[in-house]
Amino acid sequence: MNADYPEETTRASRSNKSSRGDQFSRHYPGQPVKARLVTLVDNPLITFPIVVATILLLWEGLVRWQQYPNFILPGPATVARKTLALAMDGTLWRHAQVTLIEILLGLGLGVGLALLLGYVLGKSRLLERVIAPYIVASQTIPVVAIAPLLVIWFGNGLLSKVLITGIIVFFPTLISTIVGIRGVDADLHDLMRSLRASPSQLFFKLELPAALPVIFGGLKLSVILAVVGAVVGEFVGANVGLGFLINLGRGILDTPMMFAAVLTLVVLAQSFYAVVSIVERYCMRWQK
Amino acid sequence: MDAQTDLLRVENVSHAFVLGPSAIPALAPVGFTLAEGEFVCIVGTSGSGKSTLLRIIGGLLQPTTGQVWLGKEQITEPHPEIGFVFQKTNLMPWRTARDNVLLPLELLGPIGPQERKRAAALLDLVGLSGFANNYPAQLSGGMAQRLTLARALVRHPRLLLLDEPFGALDALTRERLNLELVRIQTAQQQTVVMVTHSINEAVFLADRVLVLGEQPGRILAQIPVELPRPRSLAVMGSEGFGAIATEIRRHIGLVAE
Repeated sequence: MNADYPEETTRASRSNKSSRGDQFSRHYPGQPVKARLVTLVDNPLITFPIVVATILLLWEGLVRWQQYPNFILPGPATVARKTLALAMDGTLWRHAQVTLIEILLGLGLGVGLALLLGYVLGKSRLLERVIAPYIVASQTIPVVAIAPLLVIWFGNGLLSKVLITGIIVFFPTLISTIVGIRGVDADLHDLMRSLRASPSQLFFKLELPAALPVIFGGLKLSVILAVVGAVVGEFVGANVGLGFLINLGRGILDTPMMFAAVLTLVVLAQSFYAVVSIVERYCMRWQK
Repeated sequence: MDAQTDLLRVENVSHAFVLGPSAIPALAPVGFTLAEGEFVCIVGTSGSGKSTLLRIIGGLLQPTTGQVWLGKEQITEPHPEIGFVFQKTNLMPWRTARDNVLLPLELLGPIGPQERKRAAALLDLVGLSGFANNYPAQLSGGMAQRLTLARALVRHPRLLLLDEPFGALDALTRERLNLELVRIQTAQQQTVVMVTHSINEAVFLADRVLVLGEQPGRILAQIPVELPRPRSLAVMGSEGFGAIATEIRRHIGLVAE
């Protein structure tokens, strides 16, 4: 028997509104031009190329007007040519590969430990009271300042970069995990108890999905910081990697190469952020 | 009622909350039995320990003294054959309606076609078959509470415990859900203990009403409701209904003797 409930319309059907552009044209029937403009400005597919083109034009204009030499400020065309050349001969990829591995291992180490410790501290108020002050205090030590020490102790190879990256990504994920685990609904804990869920079921079916939205916030910060960590490590002491390439470019006054390396880092950081955002959106599709 | 058909026996159960060195009695020793298929409502003011009693029956809380028996088993922890609906709609927001109903089965083992069929049947029973793929955020309060009912029934519980399930809903939705509950209880021959602070709701739904007094909670009266079934909302206007409701009010002390 399936009764009919006309009053209980779903929120989904109620919030089924038309796009923002339509709304504006409905609210301002006398201003179709403004309405069309709003639609244009609201579309990143249209605004993004315009913004990028404007910046490139201003950049090129500045270089031509001031007649900067290449080693001070190369124009966008020069940078593009250099980037392409470095990409074609495999230089960029060789260095990017190393930085990528440092970032991934550093993320694995830092985020992994942060998730574990965050879970434990989130579950136990006592442990948090005992341990948390030291963790917070440790965060007042600037990672950039101790990076040279780490390179002295662990060499100028992969290990020191992974450690620096791991340290720098640790904190945001730790804090968000503690907050996420602590925020799990007490009523849902009651429910799981009344259903006699095992500890692992409690973790996988309640705590993890419930804490995930908050954890993702910290994770997004961590992946951006991971790029910073790897580059800082390479600045201090390395013979390969995008940070090293920037350092090298400075030494031999090859500024276009420095630009090429920076561009590659931006692409790297953007990609990491995009991956986390996509995974987040997939995990949070219930949240609309 | 003889001992064989008693599904639930509550024997001298009391509870005291320990607060530092002193213990605050919340529930004086209470005892009652419940027959298979019976619908019992517990009414009382807030502070009468009715939710405490229900949590003890459900094994979520340890009694300070006394015992609870489900058939031949003593309840000391949550029991697989007891379904619980809480006052707050505690659905998992990241699960669809169907997956929320499937949760209790998932905890028992892998989900197969049989489990899926069971979930679909229960969604149909509570009138939500069209919303199986909706997330809780897309459901109204009444629909969400019906969903928790379906979830509580999915393991075929021998005993269903309802803790003010409709307390947070508006009066109209509440009345409609009471009708639903009557229909479901009749269809499933479900044994139910429900805590409520609405006397009308209790009389409308129950075969028997336990009236709890406060501080500490104790049973003031057990009032059989011998109104014909199936019941429609019209029964609320009948003379018998009014007489029983008045009697309950008299026990609580709302009507002068």
